[in-house]
Amino acid sequence: MNKKLFLFDWLTFLVYIVLSLFGILNIYSSTFSESEVFFNYSSPAFRQFLFMIISIFIGVLIINFNTNFFQQFSSLIYIFSIILLLGLFIFGETIRASTSWYNFFGINFQPTDFAKLATSLAVAKLMSEIEINIKKNKDLLKLVILISLPSILIILQNDLGSSIVFASFFFVFFREGLSYNYFIAILLILSLSLMALVLPTTLLFLIILFVILFLYSLSKKNNKKTKILPYIFTLFACIIYILSVNYVFNNVFEQRHRDRINIFLGKEYDSKGIGYNLNQSIIAIGSGGFNGKGFLKGTQTKGDFVPEQHTDYIFSTIGEEWGFWGCFGLIFLYTILILRIIFRSENHKNKFCRIFSYSISSILTIHFMINIGMSLGLFPTIGIPLPLISYGGSSFIAFSCMIFIYLNLDLNRLN
Amino acid sequence: MRKKFLIFFIITISLIFTIRLFSLQILNPDFEKLSQNNAVLAISEYPERGLIFDRNKKLIVGNEPTFDLLMVPENVYAFDTILLTKILKVEKKIIVENINKANKFSKRLPSVIISEIPKNQYAIFQEHMWKFNGFFIQKRSNRNYKIPIASNILGYISEVNSNDLKNDSYYKTGELIGRQGIEKTYEKLLRGTKGKKFLQKDRFNRIIGPYNNGVFDIKKQRAENLILTIDSDLQLYGEKLMKNKRGGIVAIEPKTGEILALITSPSYNPNLLVGKKRSINYKMLLTDSISKPLFDRGLQALYPPGSPFKLVNGLIGLQEKVITKNTQFKCNKGHFYAKGSFMECLCGNNLRKKLHNAIYKSCNTYFAKTFTRIISDSGKTKENLNNWKKHVESFGFGNYLGYDLPIGKKGFIPDSDYYDKIYDYQNWNSTTIISNSIGQGEILTTPIQLANLAAIISNRGYYYKPHFLKSERLVNSQYTEKIVTSIDSLNYEIIIDGMRDVVEKGTAKIAKINNIEICGKTGTAENFTLIDNIKTQLTDHSIFIAFAPKDDPKIALAVFVENGYWGSRWAAPIGSLAIEKYLNKDVNRKWLEAKIMNGSLENEYMKVVSGRKFKINE
Repeated sequence: MNKKLFLFDWLTFLVYIVLSLFGILNIYSSTFSESEVFFNYSSPAFRQFLFMIISIFIGVLIINFNTNFFQQFSSLIYIFSIILLLGLFIFGETIRASTSWYNFFGINFQPTDFAKLATSLAVAKLMSEIEINIKKNKDLLKLVILISLPSILIILQNDLGSSIVFASFFFVFFREGLSYNYFIAILLILSLSLMALVLPTTLLFLIILFVILFLYSLSKKNNKKTKILPYIFTLFACIIYILSVNYVFNNVFEQRHRDRINIFLGKEYDSKGIGYNLNQSIIAIGSGGFNGKGFLKGTQTKGDFVPEQHTDYIFSTIGEEWGFWGCFGLIFLYTILILRIIFRSENHKNKFCRIFSYSISSILTIHFMINIGMSLGLFPTIGIPLPLISYGGSSFIAFSCMIFIYLNLDLNRLN
Repeated sequence: MRKKFLIFFIITISLIFTIRLFSLQILNPDFEKLSQNNAVLAISEYPERGLIFDRNKKLIVGNEPTFDLLMVPENVYAFDTILLTKILKVEKKIIVENINKANKFSKRLPSVIISEIPKNQYAIFQEHMWKFNGFFIQKRSNRNYKIPIASNILGYISEVNSNDLKNDSYYKTGELIGRQGIEKTYEKLLRGTKGKKFLQKDRFNRIIGPYNNGVFDIKKQRAENLILTIDSDLQLYGEKLMKNKRGGIVAIEPKTGEILALITSPSYNPNLLVGKKRSINYKMLLTDSISKPLFDRGLQALYPPGSPFKLVNGLIGLQEKVITKNTQFKCNKGHFYAKGSFMECLCGNNLRKKLHNAIYKSCNTYFAKTFTRIISDSGKTKENLNNWKKHVESFGFGNYLGYDLPIGKKGFIPDSDYYDKIYDYQNWNSTTIISNSIGQGEILTTPIQLANLAAIISNRGYYYKPHFLKSERLVNSQYTEKIVTSIDSLNYEIIIDGMRDVVEKGTAKIAKINNIEICGKTGTAENFTLIDNIKTQLTDHSIFIAFAPKDDPKIALAVFVENGYWGSRWAAPIGSLAIEKYLNKDVNRKWLEAKIMNGSLENEYMKVVSGRKFKINE
């Protein structure tokens, strides 16, 4: 037991505790009103505090589990989470346009975050099987299906933001040997999509035509045998893709998605309507200055200028009240947490453990990047929480479970 | 490479975030202000403007609440315009116009839509308030003149203009400032100091409480109530007496220099310059170039002082010892003061006169000869004239008296340089400037200076600067400093005896009151005006100065009635009635009171503007 105490990843645990408490402090400030006391079940800060206690309780259980449990039961957990997602179509509650909540006796429960956990387990399990090789297209397809299933279900529940998080498994695949071609293809697709949205279609066509002709002539110079056909094929593929991006954007996306993307791209400026949240969030953060306005002293926070400030926009409270050093401290701690998990996962001899831990750090990275990026105006508005900081029981408990499972695997690495 | 990708990725993201935070929070100071504008509302809190009382603690100027209707355009939804016009009795056109203006000015800041809604309309509107989203009422305070008198003394208040804003950073657009009179002089006391309150707003622009527990708030400082030296009864009475006449009455308490009344006529009701109609009324008063109601004749009008000035020359003669109380001069309905130049005198047939008789008969000859002696003594004309001027100036003539109102005139007392200039260094001597002996000629004085002269004589040789504020603030100020004239007090007794007989048996018998010993001096001053650029003589000004009681003076006054002809015709009765009113609180001589109050000089004034030829001194 003493040896276990010595092996335990205290640093990660400490960072987890500090982030959680800091989160509660800021939830308290974001929802503060003179008339309300902390020890009140309807107070979000107090509820988050209870979630933390529940999480630590669950965490102690998880740490004492046999490590093999997770690998053995991962398929079952995955199937269970898929059933939960499917069940939403029948029993789901709609909150803020997304039908992604269960309501048990007044307690709202969101299975999305548990789906991330379950998918991580399933991916780790599948990839750790000996006959699976990610370089084989057939195996890759299996993995993609594994990821797509929950993410498509989540999209169908109108929660596009949460489904984007499943893209974090790309980091895992890449780490485990995904071909560079995919990497390049994804970069190409991303930049093409972006250009398709920003530039006029005809101009983009001309640019692509010019680039492909240039590449062709360059290649022709070096190698007389270069065929023109693949280039023509690429050209048409690009054109079709661009047209389809525009089609999806205009016909598949809803207005709110279009607005968010347009504002992020700078195509629309609207400080009162859709862009209001973002604008107020930036004002709040910017007005914090170096030292911040002090705990409970943020005027933007007190005046409720930033909607969803205790959930998705919690970073603006931190920015306003704790200033630059507070934000920097948070970013620093987060980076430490993610890097710590990455480094420790690399040390695992067991493939399952390694891939699972790596998945956790990837998911945390994506959440961290999108949430803070959104608050700072660097990312389009995508409503996902800042893990451990934002208010929300399901999210907090799900991320706590991820971290405690990581801690369990890490603790038992020698078994 | 593959292993390090995520590591680089997360570090890059963290670095980008840090740089972004650095640029937002440290490099860009604008957000601080933006968030302040967003969330903090600074409201000025005004103390109620100080009240003004008269010397008997009777309230003259109070405050009355009025209400402004304001609107924040971004909060307004469709509302019932017809209902609004019905309740507030305003034309729809005006409302629409003001709303358009407000929209142009700012969507987020409140603008006044209708100002100064009376109390009763406000009460009705309050019940319908909920139907008008985005509108709110702001209480304001207007001046309310309980007794509509003394507009010339009190002045008025109005919104600050761009000039005021430039000169004094205390004021912000829309605030009130004292203009003219007491309101201007004692602006700082009357306004107090405004406070500031910082309030926290929420995103719906609703106020949710004090900002930062009010630690930045500045408390407003109480305004001061002022007690004036004015006796409101006397002021009101004097204004009634001066009705339909032009001129002024200035009454001073000699022992303190406190101004008991300052009447100018024609005047206006101070309530005209309050509220909505202020600017229209002000324009009307300002452009009335015939009766000039904004012109304070008591302080600003320059008149030749006429016969009361003889008293000054008599005093200087006694002081310079060119005459004694027994010096006699011969008068034969006038005298030749130079070859071919005859000065008429209406003092009767007495051939020889002493100073005493000369005063109560108002003998021109006597004072002309006295003046000649003063100026020609030892042949040093210039020195003597300048010495004479020095004596005259010790009475407060030829300069501002230093009272606490922002307007006034110096008057004019000539000296040798002046005559050197107009007579080219030669050819002038005592005979050239002889008119000054009887208060005509180049001398110009204001009524308040003459009232001050009466006060000086009653005090036997000293005065305090006249003033309007009765307050401990003035202790040890310029107003409690005794100013002594250059004439010995013994010399005054001779003059005062003469002045008593002016009323007892002289030119102002009409001013006699049974149980009060009044000392006075009438004046009938020639005056001229330019009609079509031709110097034209008008009917004489009627002048009277007096004080009473003789041995314990409580009131000293000067009365000017423009073109009233004899001093005894208008000015003396007015002065006498005012003294009776002040000392006895009641007037017994109702017949005289009625005659004066009903008397009008409008016909006399119309002659000048009629364009026809007219007779004077009828």
